Amino acid sequence: MNQILEINNLTKRYYNKTALDDVSVSFQKGKIYGLMGPNGSGKTTLMKVIIGLHKQTSGSVLINGVPLSYKTKASVSYMPTENYLYDSFKVKDIVKFYQDMYTDFRTDYATKILSDIGVDLEFRVSKLSSGLVGKLKVALALSRDVDIYMLDEPLNGVDVLARDVILELIVNSYNENKVIILSSHLVSEVEKTLDHVVFLKNGKLELSGDAEDLRLQRGLSIENIYKEVYK
Amino acid sequence: MEFNNNMPIYLQVIHKLKQDIVTGKLKLGEKMPSSRDYSNELGLNFNTIARVYKEMEMEDIVFTKRGLGTFITESSEKVENIRLEMAKELIENFINGMLQIGFTQEDMISFIKKSNKK
Repeated sequence: MNQILEINNLTKRYYNKTALDDVSVSFQKGKIYGLMGPNGSGKTTLMKVIIGLHKQTSGSVLINGVPLSYKTKASVSYMPTENYLYDSFKVKDIVKFYQDMYTDFRTDYATKILSDIGVDLEFRVSKLSSGLVGKLKVALALSRDVDIYMLDEPLNGVDVLARDVILELIVNSYNENKVIILSSHLVSEVEKTLDHVVFLKNGKLELSGDAEDLRLQRGLSIENIYKEVYK
Repeated sequence: MEFNNNMPIYLQVIHKLKQDIVTGKLKLGEKMPSSRDYSNELGLNFNTIARVYKEMEMEDIVFTKRGLGTFITESSEKVENIRLEMAKELIENFINGMLQIGFTQEDMISFIKKSNKK
């Protein structure tokens, strides 16, 4: 079964605001998905429903064919867009924390990629630049051994060079049995990395398609299609 | 390698590889990097490179040996065909462009001869 995550008629309302409106979309393993849309289009809400931080108003989410529960949570690694790391921790303390927290955490892999990308284990979080924090967060999320990786705005607040490093990390962690979903509004920067794009507009699914097919059909970059969709 | 995002990226990679084959930068029968290594090298998605190899295999430009990898064709005839195909495409684009700015075929020929003399 190639389908790893299936979302059916998902609706999420907060009081009188509809954040997700009847969204149906499926995700296949071995691909990198881009969840696109301007601020407030529902990207983060969708991720938070999938990880179980928010409960949907109606509709269903299936992970490997199983409805969301505390069990499915274990197969998703989620990186929130905020900096959630404790200021007083050193990088090695965080690695230790992840190791204690998640049985699927690959410490050796984490240590290796952190040294590759220039994050010293002795650094203290409060002293890290935002570029290093960005790299550290992505490296930690990708170091768990799970089926689904969800990265919310991995390039936010990160300089150009660090962006390249982060995209490289994402590309290198490709695995045919896993899926990576990243949200971004920096379309031109992420488009080469993506297999498939999912556009959300005011909580509705606007477009979902293979990135290369879309370029071929429309003769436009994903960025230009994005501009057409949201203008 | 720089990409134009308005065109499918796999087609641009194929074009570049064809150029390298035609100019001899890639030799007959040479082994290509694995999809994984090549995608990391270009900073592209794994599936994009898998698609490049698949398309090129369908066109007989590369072939795969099970368990060994992907190799450039061993046929110099094939390479010559690729060269002619690429030349044809360039000429067609050139002629169309010139027609659009009002050149006739004869004008084009004399223009090329003149440009060449300098």
